[in-house]
Amino acid sequence: MANIVKVGMADLNVCKSPDGITTLGLGSCVGICIRDPVAKVGGLAHAMLPDSRQIDNNSNRAKFADTGIDDLVKKILAMGGRKTRLEAKIAGGAQMFAFQNRSDMVRVGERNVEASKKKLRELGIPLKAQDTGLNYGRTIIFYPETGDLIIRSAGKPEKKI
Amino acid sequence: MAENMSFERVTTEYYDVLKELGNIGAGNATTALAQMLQTKVDMKVPQVRLLDFKDVGVVMGGEEQLVAGIYLAVEGDITGSIMFILEQGAAKSLVSKLMGMPPSDGGFNEIEISAMKEIGNIITGAYLNSLAQMTNLKMIPSVPDLNIDMLNAILSVPAIEFGIIGDQILLIQTVFTDDVDLNGYFILMPDLESYSTMLRGLGLSI
Repeated sequence: MANIVKVGMADLNVCKSPDGITTLGLGSCVGICIRDPVAKVGGLAHAMLPDSRQIDNNSNRAKFADTGIDDLVKKILAMGGRKTRLEAKIAGGAQMFAFQNRSDMVRVGERNVEASKKKLRELGIPLKAQDTGLNYGRTIIFYPETGDLIIRSAGKPEKKI
Repeated sequence: MAENMSFERVTTEYYDVLKELGNIGAGNATTALAQMLQTKVDMKVPQVRLLDFKDVGVVMGGEEQLVAGIYLAVEGDITGSIMFILEQGAAKSLVSKLMGMPPSDGGFNEIEISAMKEIGNIITGAYLNSLAQMTNLKMIPSVPDLNIDMLNAILSVPAIEFGIIGDQILLIQTVFTDDVDLNGYFILMPDLESYSTMLRGLGLSI
């Protein structure tokens, strides 16, 4: 029986097939899912902010897209994943309210998505699919075995990317 | 001080102040609600809670629970934003009382959304007025914005604002009681530069 590992806000974790990994109610945060399809290991990072270098208080590395992805990749490699085989999917980065007007908050969802894509490019990890933006929350479940990313939102049919 | 701002440093005093704000603000909000609904509304003693990001959704009743979140910006002597969160069922019950009609099935229809915005306006206004009185500072709220979605998705907005300075979120929990208990959460998010102005306004040493 497969288990589902739960990842909280500003947190990350890994799992092995047949287990899946989930984070509940992504809003402006972004969920980055990475797997090695051969070793069938993978993980999920729930990042809140795009760039650790712009913030003084950056000791929680999972909070940021850049350092979160770095650490997630390290953990997947430690579980037997190989860097050249890694692939990614991302979801989240919504704009939950029409105005989020303070400077740190302007388009923070969109910037989280952009920062994640940039980091993945830097690491040479291909982005297989994304479901990002708009104005609603997403619960996501990722299965490293198949690479399926299931997305659930309030009042919308379930989606698989 | 802005650079070194962290809740560890200001916690005790700021905590007490928020408790006071919780009491006065919720008191005013209760009065305003009672006037609006023309019924008696009671409240329980508000609690101030400092919660880790990973726990906050669970403690507030479940990460995927549907809630109404009212978000507005504050300008004036201090700048920042405030949020009020109410569980969807409680929000619908308030709206139906205000409009004197039974709640619609499922999500909110357009009339209910505008009524909920009005309720959010009144409740956040009551808190903001209390804070303005306590600090002698001018605070002007923007038009409120409303979204109904999963708790964690709504919470991501204040969590990201708090995330800039730490890994915890500070909220005031108030239980309003009319026929049933309505759990409301008020979250105050001053901009980094506004903390010192606010604490000075409250007569705290910084």
